[in-house]
Amino acid sequence: MRSAIARLDDVSLSYGDRVILRNCNLDIVEGAITCIIGLSGAGKSTILRLLDGLRKPDAGHVYVRDHDICHMPESDLNEVRRKISLSFQFAALLDSLTVGENVALPLREHTHLHDEEIRKIVEDALESVGLANTFNSMPSELSGGMLKRAGFARAIVTRPELVLYDEPTTGLDPIVTHLITDTIVRLRKLLNGTAVVISHDLQSIYMMADYVAMLFEGAIIAYGTVDEIKRSINPIVQQFLQGSEVGPIPI
Amino acid sequence: MKMLDRVGRASIDLLEYAGGVTLLAGESTSFLVRLRIRFIETISQCYLLGVQSVVIVILTSLFTGMVISLESAVQAVQFGIGSLVGGAVAFASVRELGPMLTAVVVAGRVGSAIAAELGSMVVTEQIEALTSMGLEPARFLVVPRLLALVVMLPLLTVFADVISIAGGMWIAQTYAHISNDTFISSARQAIGFEDILKGLLKSLVFAGIIALIGAYQGLSTRGGAAGVGKSTTNAVVTSIILIFISNFVLSFVLFGGH
Repeated sequence: MRSAIARLDDVSLSYGDRVILRNCNLDIVEGAITCIIGLSGAGKSTILRLLDGLRKPDAGHVYVRDHDICHMPESDLNEVRRKISLSFQFAALLDSLTVGENVALPLREHTHLHDEEIRKIVEDALESVGLANTFNSMPSELSGGMLKRAGFARAIVTRPELVLYDEPTTGLDPIVTHLITDTIVRLRKLLNGTAVVISHDLQSIYMMADYVAMLFEGAIIAYGTVDEIKRSINPIVQQFLQGSEVGPIPI
Repeated sequence: MKMLDRVGRASIDLLEYAGGVTLLAGESTSFLVRLRIRFIETISQCYLLGVQSVVIVILTSLFTGMVISLESAVQAVQFGIGSLVGGAVAFASVRELGPMLTAVVVAGRVGSAIAAELGSMVVTEQIEALTSMGLEPARFLVVPRLLALVVMLPLLTVFADVISIAGGMWIAQTYAHISNDTFISSARQAIGFEDILKGLLKSLVFAGIIALIGAYQGLSTRGGAAGVGKSTTNAVVTSIILIFISNFVLSFVLFGGH
């Protein structure tokens, strides 16, 4: 197996009395697409936020390129974040800025590029997600699928090493879901980077995942390639993959 | 025990709130001192928060000056001290009502807008997106609003002082037949340049209160639309209470008994 670009090491996290992660361990393999599956509210999005340093674990460590980001000062963490991008479930574009200004934001704030150079990079990024000619559109003018792709463009514009996608296909029709899935695979290759995808859409996962991790009751209970996960003898994994109401998962 | 428990929780909440606002103020000030300011956004906020408040400030100060004059002018003339009405109106406007009423009106319009905007950004994950991009929400969002209010509120206060005195002068002449010359002369004797500066100093403090309370309430929003509504209400109520309290403290410190 290739080396890990990021790693959760015995991470535990609770929100009040609710335990989200319990001694959770996960390696994010470099150069691959890792999909995290699990029940709604299982803590999958929390894992992405831990990897981006937006949440601190109650116990354990989160490593990105062997740097423990849990105990870093915010200024150092911001440096690490320049190599990581998080694409939010509802895109989270700033609604006061145009799509182009949103995508340009990380470049304007973190580089000394000229306006013309930034414009060119942003237009290329928008084109790579199939959103050419939306530079001057406001986020409110885009459909759900276009918004998500605009979010992707913002996430990849700085050419990060690790892109985190939070439920990129949720709430979309099958055609747009296929388009989004294809875009994620294409962007991973384009950046020659690593991606972590949270998704409930098994067809998408089978299409794009190099590795699949299943989160259940705060821990990763299964990890492997798509075929390994499909062949898993763990009854929880099988119940989840089959979408059955009958089995060990409490409904 | 329950009563003690509630008092304890309320005390902790209050300290947490005060600490949060203080930390936000410190963080914003550090960006200001290091000149890490988004100038274009600040100018845009000057327009949104300041220029767009001019009409409401004019109306409030005009009618306030007029009512002070109305209440005092007729009786003052009966007692033979009509020549002091200008001083009374100017004194009240420049030292107290101008800065305070302007701040209260702006807190209602602008404090609520800041809390609602930032609160909406929290619930739609826009703030988290900024942090995720390595951008500091305090520098990106709070500093431009704070700086815009610090610049614009004193200007609005000067505006309010002038309009209030002008309104009072018109009423004094119309209802008590006090000439404009007498009114202005009395006003000039009653207030000095120092009074105007002290009034403006108050408005600087009020600007900080409105911007920081609005921003803190917005950034600490939890929940969805209901959370945004709660933050907005809390921002206005808390700002107005703090404006009244700090106005008394500042008047006591700046003017003493004089």
